[in-house]
Parts: sequence; C-alpha cells; structure tokens
Amino acid sequence: MHTIATGNRGVAEAVREAKPGVVAAYPITPQTEIVELIAQYVAQGTMQATYIPVESEHSAMAACIGASATGIRTFTATSSQGLLYMHEMLHWAAGARLPIVMANVNRAVAPPWNVWADHTDALSQRDTGWLQVYVATAQEAYDTMLMAFRIAEHEDVLLPVMVNLDGFILSHTMQPLETTPAGDFIPPLSLPHAIDIKDPAAYSPLTGPEYYFGFRWEIERSMRDARQVIREVEEAFAGKFGRRYGPVEEYRTEDAEVVIVAMGTLGREAQVAVDRLRQEGIPAGAVRLRWFRPFARPDLAGREVVVIDRDYSFGFGGVLAHSLRATTPCNPYSVIAGLGGQEVTYADIAQFVRQRKPGEEFWFGVESHGDV
Amino acid sequence: MFEIRIHSRGGQGGVTAARLIALAAFYDGKQATATPFYGAERRGAPIVAFVRICDTAIRTCCQVKEPDLVVVLDPTLLSTVNVLKGLAPGGTVLLNSPHPVALDGFRVVTADLTGIALVLDLVIAGSPLLDTSVLGGLAKIGVITLDSAKRAIAENFTDPRNVAAAEKAYAEVAA
Repeated sequence: MHTIATGNRGVAEAVREAKPGVVAAYPITPQTEIVELIAQYVAQGTMQATYIPVESEHSAMAACIGASATGIRTFTATSSQGLLYMHEMLHWAAGARLPIVMANVNRAVAPPWNVWADHTDALSQRDTGWLQVYVATAQEAYDTMLMAFRIAEHEDVLLPVMVNLDGFILSHTMQPLETTPAGDFIPPLSLPHAIDIKDPAAYSPLTGPEYYFGFRWEIERSMRDARQVIREVEEAFAGKFGRRYGPVEEYRTEDAEVVIVAMGTLGREAQVAVDRLRQEGIPAGAVRLRWFRPFARPDLAGREVVVIDRDYSFGFGGVLAHSLRATTPCNPYSVIAGLGGQEVTYADIAQFVRQRKPGEEFWFGVESHGDV
Repeated sequence: MFEIRIHSRGGQGGVTAARLIALAAFYDGKQATATPFYGAERRGAPIVAFVRICDTAIRTCCQVKEPDLVVVLDPTLLSTVNVLKGLAPGGTVLLNSPHPVALDGFRVVTADLTGIALVLDLVIAGSPLLDTSVLGGLAKIGVITLDSAKRAIAENFTDPRNVAAAEKAYAEVAA
C-alpha cells in the first residue's frame, strides 16, 4: 500500500507485519495513536496478537518480559513519563536477554508538563542495555520497526530494541508511506533460553560478585556484535525492499568542511539547511545519527562539527555532543535546541552553522552563551 | 514547494482538512506532508495546520512561515489572528464566508463552506464540518484536482455527503 500516513501509523503498520504474539501497552500522548491502531487491528482480526491493556507502563514492560521469556515476539510503545516509569523493567528486559521491541515517541520530561518532542526521555535510558535507533520519516519508522525485530532476535544480539521517533513532528505529521509486506524478512523467533511453561523453573537467583560481571560483559559483547548484525540486516533490507539505511545518514558530506550532526527530524531538517548554506558558498554537510546504542561513531576527523542536541545532561552538556567528543577527534560547537518541541527551522540550523564557535555551547532561545 | 497554512477553530476540521489535502495532492502524483500544530487544543480555540506539496521529497517538518496560500475556515479569526503573516503580497486567501471580503493587497477567494455544511446537514455537535468542502475550493483554485480530492474524501468518509460538499464548493467558488 502506498499512501500518506503519520509516523505513528508507520510504526503500527510495521508491527502488524512483524506479527508479535503479545502487545502490552498503556496509552500516552503522543504515542497513543500507535496503541489505538494496534488495538483496532487486533479487534478487527487483521492482527493475531494478544493485546494486553495494562494499568501502567511498568506493568506493560513487565507483561512484555513475561511473554518474551516464553519465546513469544512482543511489542510495546510509550513516551516520556511512561518510559521513565518503565525504567527498572528496562534493565530487567535487557539483563534477561529478551528481544522486546518498543517504539518510544520522544517527548519532553516534566516538569513543567510538556507533551512535545525532546530526546531526554530516551537518552536518560541509554545505560539500560537497550539498543536505540532514531528515525526521521514515517517510511523510516516503518522500515526500522521491521528491522528492529530481526536485529533484536538475532542470536548474536538477543537484546531489546527501542525505536525512537520525534513526538508530533514525526508521530503526527503525514508523509508518504509505502507499506510492503514483510514476507519472510523476520524469521520466526527462536529464543534459546525460553521458559518451558510445562517445566517450571526459578529464574534470576541471587548472583554473587564472582559471576555478576560476566553477565554484564555478555551484554556488552552482544552490543558490540550488534554493529555487524545491524549492517547485515540493513543490507538484507535494502536487497529485499530497495531502501537502504546505515548507522548514520550522510548528506553532502564528501567535500564538507563543516558538518551538522543531529538525531531524528532535526537531522533531516539540517539537510535543508545544508542546501541553503551551500548556496551561500559555505561547504556544509549533515550527518544524521540513527544508531545511538550501539553508538554509530561517525568519522568526523578533519571537519568542523556543529552538533544539535534535543536533550541535556545537567551539569555536563548535550548528550550527543559529549558522545561525539568521546569517540571522534572533534571540538564541536554544541547547540542545545528543540527542547520540549521548541520550533527549530532549517533557517535556524543554517544560522547555528554561520555563528559556530568551536568548543562553545549555545542554548537556542536563551541569551547567555558559555564555555563547555 | 507549495506551502499552505490553514487557520480554523477546534471542531471545524482544520486538521482533518490538512490531512485530506495532502492525501489528494499525493494522489495527484506529488510529494505531500500534513503537519498539524498541536498546542492546547479545545473546541473553538484557534488551530493552525500546515500542508506542503512538492515534486520532490520534502525534508522539512517545521512550521510554514511563508505560505503560498492561506485557508481561513472561520472568518472571525481575521480579527484575532494575523492570518496573513508571511503571505507574500498578492498571495491567495481561501476564506469561508458567505459574502465577498477584501483584504488589501491579497487575492481573496470566498466560499460559503458553512452554508454548504448546513444545506447538507454536515453538522456534528452543533459545529458545521468544513474539512471536506474546503477541498472543493482548493481544487477550483488549482492546488489539487477535484478527482483526487473526491478520492481522498471517499476513502476516509463513507457518508457520500462529504464528497458532495467538495463538489458543491467546487461548483460555487469563483476562482
């Protein structure tokens, strides 16, 4: 089917194609349309899943964990406060090596109460052991959801995957969407450590200092292996569906002397800014980072970098900015912009590039500038 | 790139109109996006939604600042919201009004969309629905084709009065 649809619908259509056995979710703005659509698919019989309308996000993730532990494909979706409410369970899902897939519609964290786009919700969960990917179009949301199940369930990964899309800006904007049947793209889930409900056993006994670190290392080893699995799955997707994705999306970077780095819709908005800057004779390029965990590590050596964070780690800086500093030789101009849905246009992004001061931090809309 | 800004009040169908216009443009073979601006919506409050139509992929998702065309579904918004903001001199305003209205320096196309809704009894909870008839007006102006408008409406609403409303607006609007 080729139509125009919201990012939320792109997610829901892909989940229907992925055929999970259990969906457990609690509605929250701006994620609500995803779970409404899935509930509707299940009620209409176009999706053969057990839909569990739980009483909280903590329970949603707990239900996914229970179902996934029996070897069933599971899905949930949330935003912001809901994701934070899941926090403890996120660690349990990753630590139990369960390939749960979640859509997180990025939304600001309260207070003050705000339902608009912001990446702090997901980035504050970066150390839970979940893979994290950020998408920028309804099509990419659909495609990445399909890939997320195959990546999560790969025997070399067996970790949960969080697919992030910007609240309202992507979740509620209608864009062209081609929903291609997944066919055999996602093999049946074969969870090697699935619980046999006919042969009950106790799980997660106390694990002492002599063994605990080993389980943590296994998570990290799988995170590292996931890089190759992601490459393979994205390659297989391109071969089957003709749409190609990578750890980053580069735009006019070949001869770029200054590169804008951002995640989500701002990374795509930056591409329009690049076209504007090129018309002015500024050799700009854009790198949209898709995979945040495992971290995509773009090669930015020898270029000036303007990084836009739709998030902030108080007392330190933009999360993406300090991730780049730690992984590639660069001294970025760190722009904090778009928090809580703050409007950021391609013209604004072009101006960030024009006014860049390497090493400094700039809060868009706030008068003060400061050294990092 | 052709950019439209729609001004309406909560309950009139401005957001739905944006989605239907984008879908119609898509059926015309164009790339199109519909971006509602979500604020603290409630019935009767001023609402803004944006549509972009282009021959090539649309990368921007930001608000439309310099529209090529403005749609105003409630004429009382003219006195409370600067609906002309960013519209180039000579730009077109499609205004829901039973009477001709002059806006100095702009081309105003009026359509009695409320009258069409009342004649067809397209009213929900006391609010005349304008989200389908407006497509007829835009088709007359040439933004979308009437065939695609009817297809987009029919796919989303089973009640044939919705397509009839667009046809009626197309017939009545002088553009």
